[in-house]
Amino acid sequence: MIDHPDKILEWTLQHVQIILLANALAIVFGVSIGVWISGKGREHIADTVIYLASVLMTVPSLAMFGLLMGLLYSMNLPSVGLLPVVIALTLYGLLPIIRNTYTAIREVDPAMIEAGLGMGMSGFQLLTKIKLPLAVPVIMAGLRQAMVMNIGIAAIGSYIGAGGLGQPIFRGLSNYRKDLVLVGAILVSVLAVIVDFLMAGVERWTTPKGVRLGRNR
Amino acid sequence: MIRLEQVCKVFADGTEAVKDLSLEIAEGEFCVFLGPSGCGKTTSLKMINRLIPLTSGTIYIQGEDTRTRNVNQLRRDIGYAIQNIGLFPHLTVRQNIATVPRLLGWPKTRQKQRAMELLEVVGMDAATYVDRYPSELSGGQQQRVGVARCLGADPPILLMDEPFGAIDPITRSKLQDEFLKIQEHLKKTIAFVTHDINEAIKMGDTIALMKSGELVQYAPPATLLSEPKTRFVRDFVGADRVLKGLRLLRARDVMIDPELTLPLNMGVSAARQALAASSEQWALALDTEGRFRGWIEAEDLVDAPETLDDALTPAVATAGPSTPINEVLSLMLASTTGSVPVLDDHDRLLGLVSFDTIRDVLAPPTDRGAL
Repeated sequence: MIDHPDKILEWTLQHVQIILLANALAIVFGVSIGVWISGKGREHIADTVIYLASVLMTVPSLAMFGLLMGLLYSMNLPSVGLLPVVIALTLYGLLPIIRNTYTAIREVDPAMIEAGLGMGMSGFQLLTKIKLPLAVPVIMAGLRQAMVMNIGIAAIGSYIGAGGLGQPIFRGLSNYRKDLVLVGAILVSVLAVIVDFLMAGVERWTTPKGVRLGRNR
Repeated sequence: MIRLEQVCKVFADGTEAVKDLSLEIAEGEFCVFLGPSGCGKTTSLKMINRLIPLTSGTIYIQGEDTRTRNVNQLRRDIGYAIQNIGLFPHLTVRQNIATVPRLLGWPKTRQKQRAMELLEVVGMDAATYVDRYPSELSGGQQQRVGVARCLGADPPILLMDEPFGAIDPITRSKLQDEFLKIQEHLKKTIAFVTHDINEAIKMGDTIALMKSGELVQYAPPATLLSEPKTRFVRDFVGADRVLKGLRLLRARDVMIDPELTLPLNMGVSAARQALAASSEQWALALDTEGRFRGWIEAEDLVDAPETLDDALTPAVATAGPSTPINEVLSLMLASTTGSVPVLDDHDRLLGLVSFDTIRDVLAPPTDRGAL
């Protein structure tokens, strides 16, 4: 691997690409679903959705890839490579994002809701002007959790041809190349730490200033 | 003007929160919904802006059935201040105050101007606070911003649900005073919820006293105190209702013309004769401008001082025409003569309050046995 430093860069970039793609999808779907199930009178649906999302999380990644491959194959879609891995990671990322969105919105101080409604905000205005801004830091915490977790799972995605930092690990394993395994493993871990650090920044940065000031008191 | 007609509220669990409530709040009137917790006062308030839907009955605002209007439009026309203040923590003071103006689509500059204006109205320095966040304010300041916010788009009607609940008694009393002053100018039609009888007496033009969903008595504070309709009202206003009534009266309402006033430049012997001719032991000494200078006591004239000035006892306790009678009563205890002169801003004598005058107003002789 020392002979191919360009390869390492390529795998890392592939890995990052998979993560960004999957978590972008996860946040779009996760927040939409989370907002929807937090609506009035949807408590039962919410329970079911969150339960299903946690069931998804318990499916082992290899089994998930296998299931998706079968599904995609039957739909005449590419059953190996980027697509099944991105779909799998999106599904894995849903739970923390849905759960955090749901909880954060449900836990907005009822006084805020009453004040907003009482002053004539529509349901949509209440959501976009009050609930979501207050929920964003918690949603971001969910995204952070999803991303860090997915960095590990994405490595397994190399098994079905998605590339990424799983490549050196699996190659090393099959060729008795400890150095390759080590490099892959270290890079995956470093990537996770970096992403975690960056997302902590994003979490802070998306916390509304007034809320941040309140916490420091 | 707000009119509730046979309003009932039964919650999903079967609780009858409000039973057949009918009352009218006149234009510019400050109506306090008062009662123990669970009496339906807050429910009644929230039915006015339809935060809680009516089970039956009708609520009219300016003669219009509230249910015929778009609910969000209706609420934007009604100022609303809630118990827990409910300032939005992620928005600045300016954005908080301009909540309704923003919903109504006012231009940014006008929103800001309005926020600055209202901060001054509620007694806060606009330049200092307009861009602060709620978490940077004290409880009292947050309460003020809450009041400013409900005045945001200058609505003719305000609904206030224990708006001064969450603060210490001293700040609360100060805010109440200030709010009354604001109301004197604004003349809003106000529905105000409280469980505090003292707050109700102080703030309300009328009080709607409720008990388990029913309106027990709807009357001005003085009537509620002097003519409690039922035993419940009597108990609720408290055994000290006569003392509470003192707050409602001002010095100008009870003062009488003094028996005897003496100009300070009068001769001592003439003064002695005047005092002897009256049955009084004291006279009020005035200067040539009619300003009160002190008391002249008959005893002090016996030793024949050269001028009245030498016999003058300066007054320690004086009141203004709008001093509440409970304060006048305290002053009276400090006064050497047991009477308190009422003076205008230039110290000119307007009248005199003594214990007898208060007693005659509060409890006419025929009533006394009942107390």
